[in-house]
Amino acid sequence: MKHVLESVESQFEMFQILNEDGKIVNEEDVPDLSDEQLKELMRRMVYTRVLDQRSIALNRQGRLGFYAPTAGQEASQLGSQFALEQEDFLLPGYRDVPQLIWQGLPLYQAFLFSRGHFHGNQMPEGVHAVSPQIIIGAQYVQAAGVALGMKKRGKKNVAVTYTGDGGTSQGDFYEGINFAGAYKAPAIFFVQNNRFAISVPVEKQTNAKTLAQKAVAAGIEGIQVDGMDVLAVYAATKHARERAINGEGPMLIETLTYRYGPHTMAGDDPTRYRTEDLDNEWEKKDPLVRYRKYLESKNLWSEEEENKVIDQAKEEIKQAIKQADQYPKQKVTDLMANMYEELPYNLQEQMEEYKEKESK
Amino acid sequence: MAQMTMIQAITDALRTELKNDENVLVFGEDVGKNGGVFRATEGLQAEFGEERVFDTPLAESGIGGLAIGLGLQGFRPVPEIQFFGFVYEVMDSISGQMARMRYRSGGVHHSPITVRAPFGGGVHTPELHADSLEGLVAQQPGLKVVIPSTPYDAKGLLIASIRDNDPVIFLEHMKLYRSFRGEVPEEEYTIELGKAEVKREGTDVTLIAYGAMVHACLKAADELAENGINAEVIDLRTVSPLDMETIIESVKKTNRVVVVQEAQRQAGVAANVVAEIQERAILHLEAPVLRVAAPDTVYAFSEAEEVWLPNHKDIVEKVNSVMNF
Repeated sequence: MKHVLESVESQFEMFQILNEDGKIVNEEDVPDLSDEQLKELMRRMVYTRVLDQRSIALNRQGRLGFYAPTAGQEASQLGSQFALEQEDFLLPGYRDVPQLIWQGLPLYQAFLFSRGHFHGNQMPEGVHAVSPQIIIGAQYVQAAGVALGMKKRGKKNVAVTYTGDGGTSQGDFYEGINFAGAYKAPAIFFVQNNRFAISVPVEKQTNAKTLAQKAVAAGIEGIQVDGMDVLAVYAATKHARERAINGEGPMLIETLTYRYGPHTMAGDDPTRYRTEDLDNEWEKKDPLVRYRKYLESKNLWSEEEENKVIDQAKEEIKQAIKQADQYPKQKVTDLMANMYEELPYNLQEQMEEYKEKESK
Repeated sequence: MAQMTMIQAITDALRTELKNDENVLVFGEDVGKNGGVFRATEGLQAEFGEERVFDTPLAESGIGGLAIGLGLQGFRPVPEIQFFGFVYEVMDSISGQMARMRYRSGGVHHSPITVRAPFGGGVHTPELHADSLEGLVAQQPGLKVVIPSTPYDAKGLLIASIRDNDPVIFLEHMKLYRSFRGEVPEEEYTIELGKAEVKREGTDVTLIAYGAMVHACLKAADELAENGINAEVIDLRTVSPLDMETIIESVKKTNRVVVVQEAQRQAGVAANVVAEIQERAILHLEAPVLRVAAPDTVYAFSEAEEVWLPNHKDIVEKVNSVMNF
């Protein structure tokens, strides 16, 4: 029995292209991106970092509602989204608003989502996505369905979904990857392992050494990627996308990352469960710092260029908040009107009652 | 016109819609080659192929999520939950997700899904197969809950449910699957959701029920007629939303009401019907509205289920109470 048992250990080595110093450590996997594309990735990461800082400030001023900070996770979020096509379908988790924005959700709508206005969830024409999922893992089983639907339609597209390390403990996580595997459906399942499910460290979440190895049980391909390395995340996603649309089935991608901020802006205090040492250790891996170094070594980036992006982001955020402020407030009657295609008797009656209330 | 059992009428409805609309997909545990544990999907995979009628892995939440995702790709999914007692496993997909899709997306997406599931007592199943859990889903805004009582209704209501653009929970009482045959037209037809049917006209008391309890009410009405009590019987057909118009019209005529459900008394559909009646027609009532329901325990193991389940005698007794109030 011993030899059989010894052979069950799964080894998952972290995939990396760019190390902490911004040096290429894996020449053969460097993605084929033009200089303009390489710069665009940096622009997006800088822009999203500014958006995060501004969103936290706006939240503190009471001008935004629910907000889950994103700083630290830019490479995982934007490197993966950058590898997608416009017709691909996104099923994000609650922290994955940046991917939606870069897929085409206007900024003012992202702010309305934060405020709890349903217009924030109304994906514009051409953005194929559902709004960020609140129930951890629910998006995984839905992604299997979207992917199976794409396969049935003969589309050359993928369903892409995100959860965190905590999400891999949910039943829906296993059901989602297992269904997609059984149907060889074109899905990409991301686990952004930022080490903490609110406060519970990943070591207490599971006895699995990696989260990527959970793919083995579903019989699908899995990979662990340096989630602070935007090139590695991009390359892994590109690979997953190609094999998915070639009918080779879904893939699970674990990105090792870190959120610098609290879980959400609703009172979470990370000093209760994280040490300063750990924060510092991860900040050294920062996705922007290392990628900036890389671009600078190729003469593709400058401080001037970065400042331009920062200014542009600040200006666009200001405009978007203004636009969000001007958008008509959501009404209870709007909610009623969106429960069913046709109003049942009870909502018809209640609609009259609330129209009256709202007219006062 | 053909004589069909309810299960045959259900298969017929599924076949009709698989033929009518290429976006209709039928799937669930054992629904493919095996034709479903009750044979509701008998022959459908052979006729329409594995792309349209297929087995799923054994995971109810996964089935619910799969349906939602397929709905997002423009399909019209008709998943089967093998027994409605397993609904707890898929509660988030149903109440947390599909019921909210239209509002959550501001009307950009919707869930045109019909979740079919057998339920209901009296057939000696193991635990968690027979429970009447329609109250759980009837409480969820965004869903419609439909329960047929005859083969004719099963076909017309199921076709209407599949064509509906909102999620419908379609519950099939196991005791009714093969207990009798009824006339079912071979051509397609729909029965409007949210409309009750007066199964028997009467003047003295209104009996309101759905599913298998409609038949208990009809039996009770026969017995009552022998004692000179002329009962009207209403089959709700859809338990959410309710057809208050038909109910109130009957209450105004008979002035006495007994609401009957197989589910436990606490909360539930009957409680809602009683509340609606007293809010809308209290001055028309000559007696309190009474309920016949199962006791407030979990569902009985099969050796005790015959006593646990409400029956026509319980209904006659309650009618006598409201008549003699």
